[in-house]
Amino acid sequence: MYSAIVFLPLLGFLIAGLFGRRIGDRPSEIVTTALLFVSCFLSWVTFIRVGFNDGHFSAPVLANWMTSGALHVDWALRVDTLTAVMLVVVTTVSSLVHLYSIGYMHEDPARPRFFAYLSLFTFAMLMLVTADNLAQMFFGWEGVGLASYLLIGFWYEKPSANAAAIKAFVVNRVGDFGFALGIFLVFVLTKSISFDAVFAAAPGLAGKSMHIFGADWDAMTLTCLLLFMGAMGKSAQFLLHTWLPDAMEGPTPVSALIHAATMVTAGVFMVARLSPLFEQSETALTVVTIIGATTAFFAATVGLVQNDIKRVIAYSTCSQLGYMFVGLGVGGYSLGIFHLFTHAFFKALLFLGAGSVIHAMHHEQDMRNMGGLAKKIPITFACMTFGTLALTGFPLTAGFFSKDAIIEAAYAAGLHSQAATYAYVLTVVAAGLTSFYSWRLVFMTFFGKPRWAEVNHADSHAVAAAHAHNHDAPSEEESTQEEDAHGHHGHHALDPHESPNTMMVPLYVLSVGAIFAGLVFKDAFIGEGMAEFWRTSLFFGANNHIMHEMEEIPKLAGLLPSLLMVGGFVVAFYFYIVSPETPVRLAARFNPLYKFLLNKWYFDELYDFLFVRPAFWLGRLFWKGGDGAIIDRLGPDGIAARVLDGASWMARLQTGYIYNYAFAMLIGLAAIITWYLVGGVR
Amino acid sequence: MFGFGILSGLTFLPLVGALLILLVPGETEAGKNNIRWIALWTTLVVFALSLYAWSQFVPGVADFQFVEQKNWFGSGLTYKMGVDGVAFPFVVLTAFLMPFCIAASWSSIQNRVKEYMIAFLVLETLMIGVFCALDLVLFYLFFEGGLIPMFIIIGVWGGKRRIYASFKFFLYTLAGSLLMLIAILAMYAQTHTTDITVLLHTKFDPNLQKYLWLAFFASFAVKMPMWPVHTWLPDAHVEAPTAGSVILAGILLKMGGYGFIRFSLPMFPDASHYFAPLVFALSIIAIVYTSLVALVQEDIKKLIAYSSVAHMGFVTMGLFAMNQQAVQGAVFQMVSHGLVSGALFLCVGVVYDRLHTREIAAYGGIVERMPIYAVAFMIFTMANVGLPGTSGFIGEFLSLIGTFQANSWVAFFATTGVILSAAYALYLYWRVIFGKLEKPSLAGLKDLNPREMAVLAPLVLLTLYYGVHPGPILDACSGSVAELIKGYESALALTKTAALTLH
Repeated sequence: MYSAIVFLPLLGFLIAGLFGRRIGDRPSEIVTTALLFVSCFLSWVTFIRVGFNDGHFSAPVLANWMTSGALHVDWALRVDTLTAVMLVVVTTVSSLVHLYSIGYMHEDPARPRFFAYLSLFTFAMLMLVTADNLAQMFFGWEGVGLASYLLIGFWYEKPSANAAAIKAFVVNRVGDFGFALGIFLVFVLTKSISFDAVFAAAPGLAGKSMHIFGADWDAMTLTCLLLFMGAMGKSAQFLLHTWLPDAMEGPTPVSALIHAATMVTAGVFMVARLSPLFEQSETALTVVTIIGATTAFFAATVGLVQNDIKRVIAYSTCSQLGYMFVGLGVGGYSLGIFHLFTHAFFKALLFLGAGSVIHAMHHEQDMRNMGGLAKKIPITFACMTFGTLALTGFPLTAGFFSKDAIIEAAYAAGLHSQAATYAYVLTVVAAGLTSFYSWRLVFMTFFGKPRWAEVNHADSHAVAAAHAHNHDAPSEEESTQEEDAHGHHGHHALDPHESPNTMMVPLYVLSVGAIFAGLVFKDAFIGEGMAEFWRTSLFFGANNHIMHEMEEIPKLAGLLPSLLMVGGFVVAFYFYIVSPETPVRLAARFNPLYKFLLNKWYFDELYDFLFVRPAFWLGRLFWKGGDGAIIDRLGPDGIAARVLDGASWMARLQTGYIYNYAFAMLIGLAAIITWYLVGGVR
Repeated sequence: MFGFGILSGLTFLPLVGALLILLVPGETEAGKNNIRWIALWTTLVVFALSLYAWSQFVPGVADFQFVEQKNWFGSGLTYKMGVDGVAFPFVVLTAFLMPFCIAASWSSIQNRVKEYMIAFLVLETLMIGVFCALDLVLFYLFFEGGLIPMFIIIGVWGGKRRIYASFKFFLYTLAGSLLMLIAILAMYAQTHTTDITVLLHTKFDPNLQKYLWLAFFASFAVKMPMWPVHTWLPDAHVEAPTAGSVILAGILLKMGGYGFIRFSLPMFPDASHYFAPLVFALSIIAIVYTSLVALVQEDIKKLIAYSSVAHMGFVTMGLFAMNQQAVQGAVFQMVSHGLVSGALFLCVGVVYDRLHTREIAAYGGIVERMPIYAVAFMIFTMANVGLPGTSGFIGEFLSLIGTFQANSWVAFFATTGVILSAAYALYLYWRVIFGKLEKPSLAGLKDLNPREMAVLAPLVLLTLYYGVHPGPILDACSGSVAELIKGYESALALTKTAALTLH
């Protein structure tokens, strides 16, 4: 059954990828989507069986991958509770996104390719979560990276999409650089990279120091930090986050599936999976906490001022991932995974809802050109509101249980750790910011004057024409992110309309998840039933009491995020409903700060200056200077010049390429002389 | 088999084909076609024979197999052939790649077809000979002999600057190999034998080892090529015809790595140990430096050539890390790179045949017209990047995990290669395949024809197959590599105790 879950999407990928053009668009869509739904159904069966019934853990080996000396790597499917949770998340969101895409992409000429990519992604992600060793995890890890690259660059005609795709892949590779070194180090320490062997060896390695990279390190700390670097790349954490907002160049269903619900949470999954290692290093967990908290805060601040509807949600994702890492970092692995679980529902909902808005607006993504849509697309509005409630942590919705639990855990851990206190402060503030930008999104999109009416009439032709001819120029940050289908739309008057059923049904399902996932599963994931549910799939060290301590924190500390949530709502309400000129005035008043946030703390500019330009500059220097001016001039060209001097003398004897043969003869002569000399010595 | 062994058969069958071609008149169109078919069938038969040999080959053992030995016209020299687990994959790889080269030249070579095919078949003989030879002189003959047909192929059928490129190629490799010849003579002077199997168990004086090592190194480093003697490669690749590039990248470069495994490491273990830091340093420079250079290239072939240098950096690094994973990884990396870079050059050939330019700027958006081609190119690009699931990953992963055990800093810097390779490879892919199709010259492009599909499809399948199941190659060489490492370590231990007793 596990094989079916993992390989059905691969089958779908092969069918749609190889025969898509022959069997046509609709059959490709139906085949991939149907296979995904089967896979999803089996995943839920697995989830219930492993998580709530006797839950035997198993890792059937499929085949050997590679063997070299002590290194032995198998293809295997490891299914325990942690994997089962991920299976459910991945296949549920993926099958809904497949379904949704049938409606959303219905104008795109390359649909078989799109569905093939989606299924390929799902396969790679499933390989990642069922990995039984670090190499297979790396396989899935890079596989989802590839699928992400292909899907971000799906509209390959747009330079901005290509640039974003490459950026995503390369930045992820920076993280993988650490991940790979981490794997090597694990192998050096334990002589194995399969989880069971590594986890068994981990306690013995606690506190062991080793000499590596020219210094003495705590072995487990270094290992975990290197592995965490991979997680930072994949989960777009602070410093390696720059690719995620740009990844919004991809079609919106992709953003929902890959860049919100599943792939970006791979880093969280990885840390949870490797909890037996991270538990051995206090320092590594502290770093995880700090990075997570910083990301949660940083991304939330940037999200405050973005105008592109997808980018707001993208920064929100980044921020929520930070929360998950805070949960992991303070030792509450199940907290991180629980938030991952609930977040998958409401964030996918928000993205798909945004997609529905964009669809209704004929591929307009700038919220400044929206407004007043609540009346036009009431169902989408309702679904988006559910998603927003869940995201901001409105009582009894999904986010309320998972996010607030993380903040409480941070408070509890803060009693004996400064890093956790730092995390508590930042996550609480970020909770307020989250509420603000989420409601800002809702108000700007669905309330107020319909700003699209005048924009549409005045600009649609100009905009469409400009877009059609402007593909070469890199799109600016704030310019509207046009999509391919834009061209032939917008010529007739815009009348926002509700999306087709294929798109709405996923919204309903996810709305249910966003509202009830927390309430239903709270007990199993982080409550009384925790030990029974997770069993051995998560590891809590002997000194790790965070799950108990968080029960005993003061009322006010636990209530604070909810208060800030209300505060964020009120401010957003005031700014965007009551007095819309206030934000404009504030932006003008605090212009440097506004610019700083709008330009995402200038990370792109900084990295461009620090890495991209120097790389090209060095490349040119090495090429023209190193290879050309030094090596060639002193080496072959110099010698050739001498030879040619001699040859020109020889060439007087005959025409043609005689120096060619003459040179060979000279060499031969030298060889014979040498032979005799050495022979003579003997 | 007819009084000679299967390896002799593999080695000299192409010559038989070349003789046949000599007899066929090649001026008419029909004659040219006959010649092409003869060449193709010859290489296919050789490949089939190599597969048969593979079925007889016992994997995982360290001994030489299919050994044959004869006296060579009464002189003191012997003709001795045999393969072990390290050599054999390269024999099969050579036999495998040759039919592709013939097929890739089918329509792109129109003048002097006869000479062209003869050159390639002679080249095949010499290349297979290199990997089979168990006698130093024989090895040297094959090793250096390969230079001549390659020189001719580049010089006659090459691009605009072919003369410059072929001379650069010739000068570099010859300079290196002369030193090797002197070293071979010195070894003969010491031991009075050129039998490689005997030399493998000869202990040379540690001081002499250093000179011998350096002499061999000069030759192999040029062939690899290692930084800073790599500059012949981009020029040679750029000017060579497609098939020449395939052979150059696929096989000729591997001779350097093979030479390290066959001679430098087992015969001069003390010197190898002594010089390992040098090799590490050059490897790291090769990986980082040439990757950066690849990033700014404007010529598709040159870019791939530079990326080859970077990938060979992983090989030399893995070889001198000298442990099971690293050396096996290096061997695998060589085989994989033979497939992948060969395939990439074939891909470049496909568009070159259509547009006759290698300028990256002349392309863009051709996925629109050539979707199947784009898929094949994507798979090879990803293999070049080292994506897990392609053969490129296994070699990089194993050589890095092995090197990490030997020297963590080396592995650290080498691993930055995974970032850079992603950057230059995807940047290339974007500029050539993606983007908007705007250039009028590209509007009439046709996708792969059946011949081109037949050429690329097996390579795609093998790249993916070895990515998920590298067993056949890893198992084949595991025994030989284990033996190599055992001998290396015991030799080092011996020297150490000797040094201790001296003091």
